Amino acid sequence: MAARAKELICAVLLVLCGAAAPGSRADARESVGGQRDQTAPQTRATRVVSLVPNVTEMLFAVGAGSQVVGVSSYDDFPPETKTLPRVGALLDPDTERIFSLRPNLVIVYGSQTELEGQFARAGIRVYPYRHAGVDNVLQTIRDVAQLTGHQTEGDRVVRDLRSQLDAIRARVRGRPRPKTMLVLGRDAGSLRGVYTSGGVGFLHELLDIAGGDDVFGDIKRESVQPSNETMIVRAPEVVIEMHSGESPPADVLRRERAVWNSLVSVPAVRNNRVYLLYGSYLMAAGPRLGRAAEALARVLHPEVYR
Amino acid sequence: MIRGRLISIVLGYGTLAAGACVLAPLVGSTHISLARAFDRSIPFADNVDAQIFFVARMPRVLTGAIVGSTLASAGVVMQALLGNPLATPFTLGVSTGAALGAVLAITFGSNLAISALASVPIASLAGAVVASVIVYALATRPGRPISTMVLLLAGVTLNAFFSALILFVQYAADFTQAYRTIRWLMGDLDVGGFQPIVAALPLVLVALGLFAFLPRSLNLLSVGADIASTRGVDVGRTQRLAFLSASLATAAAVSLAGPIGFVGIVVPHLVRLMVGVDHRIVLPASALFGAAFLIGCDLIARTVLAPVEVPVGVVTAMVGGPFFLWLLVRKS
Repeated sequence: MAARAKELICAVLLVLCGAAAPGSRADARESVGGQRDQTAPQTRATRVVSLVPNVTEMLFAVGAGSQVVGVSSYDDFPPETKTLPRVGALLDPDTERIFSLRPNLVIVYGSQTELEGQFARAGIRVYPYRHAGVDNVLQTIRDVAQLTGHQTEGDRVVRDLRSQLDAIRARVRGRPRPKTMLVLGRDAGSLRGVYTSGGVGFLHELLDIAGGDDVFGDIKRESVQPSNETMIVRAPEVVIEMHSGESPPADVLRRERAVWNSLVSVPAVRNNRVYLLYGSYLMAAGPRLGRAAEALARVLHPEVYR
Repeated sequence: MIRGRLISIVLGYGTLAAGACVLAPLVGSTHISLARAFDRSIPFADNVDAQIFFVARMPRVLTGAIVGSTLASAGVVMQALLGNPLATPFTLGVSTGAALGAVLAITFGSNLAISALASVPIASLAGAVVASVIVYALATRPGRPISTMVLLLAGVTLNAFFSALILFVQYAADFTQAYRTIRWLMGDLDVGGFQPIVAALPLVLVALGLFAFLPRSLNLLSVGADIASTRGVDVGRTQRLAFLSASLATAAAVSLAGPIGFVGIVVPHLVRLMVGVDHRIVLPASALFGAAFLIGCDLIARTVLAPVEVPVGVVTAMVGGPFFLWLLVRKS
């Protein structure tokens, strides 16, 4: 009878542990490639599905591209991703399709807890991605490299990225740091619906590395929606618009640049320091971070890139 | 007698609206010096105070006045037309049509080279017009009065249909576009200059001008279509005029500032509680009170959490809702 009770208690404990597991994602993150699931053999993942485009980029960068068997609907870099099966994205992951690709590692957004549980129950390893700063990007590269058995390449990519960022930092060191507003979006043809980088997140950090002071650095949020009044008062010395699309024709570019002219007292407008940057690398928190930082440094400190 | 009452009420509410227009630009997230703002000896480009006053605050307050008065008076007309106290300017699908236009412009506008044509205000105006035309075509028969039941059902159905289309477009959009769409739906008076106001003004003036023909017929119409027609009101004509002018007013307001909710339902009811039900008084009083109301809500929106802003549509709901309920309870 006592043995029976013991068994029961064990079973209950097991169930409780199982239920608690998805909630303790922070621990799972710590032990990636380690002891996340004691029962699953910790072999390298040979078939990877990634729902997160910037993590897909990381997989290709560490040499795990050939192990990727499915990507999200938004993946377009590197070009090899275009021929891979698409399995939905943040809002519409196609679970059936993902299962049919027989992955042994699925990369999901940290907020997709339902999905995480579903794959965990099926015994498929899950890596929950969380969007944060530059350090988090580097750690994620290391994590996915380890999970796919490309540890050496992962370390190399991280080392390269770090030295790239350090080089930019060194190059602009000692230069005056202009007060910069990093615009992440607005309505076409007007200064409405402007939103900018706040004092948190990888874009804010890239600006810091590139030698600019974020005018909204004191607002500890990833994005800020300033009114025209706030923009006038904060008086940025440089305005940089980042667009992930391709550069439009010259006349549209001129027109879009001219919408800033209504804020004549803003130093960036007066001194002709409003820049519109285009390119998918600008907003991708992945291996092309260095390129984005350099693009920022080039417009902030053209003199050191001459 | 009505004339004297009308004059005194319009004067009273007019003073309130004018006071709001004058005082609101003086207050904001930053302190500015009026003397400096109006000092002509400082070049405009060097005068930050003048910039804040003339580029940021004045257009914003004026937009609030225009949008507030248009939505409030359109609300009065819609409630009378549909014979339903819960009707709003957005009941018949105009705002959802505008929203669909805006969503399309936000999602696909950046891909088009013709970005001037794909701008959000123009696209939303087009969407609003399309929605109104569809509802109008569905609900009217030549020479017959409009069935308000058909009108209401057509409007509600179109609302639902357009909402579904919006969700579909948002689903296809990427994260930042979806985010900007949601922000647009909350309403925003920060137009950043006088040009958008000048563009919307002709439509607003035409709509308000058409409203001037309505009050007497609306009074009779709200008693009942049969009674109205025995008293010599051309019911069909009045309904068509009411529908078209209210739709035009709503389309102009929404394309200027997004679908700011609650103004079109709370203001007419508040005004009725204060001045009675005669449309000859309710309509102008609502227009003036709506202006003051929205300017006040936007003042809260731009100062309460400065430098971060609260969307004005959130403020109108938070201020208007409880206040309205309080009046309702007190009155009954």
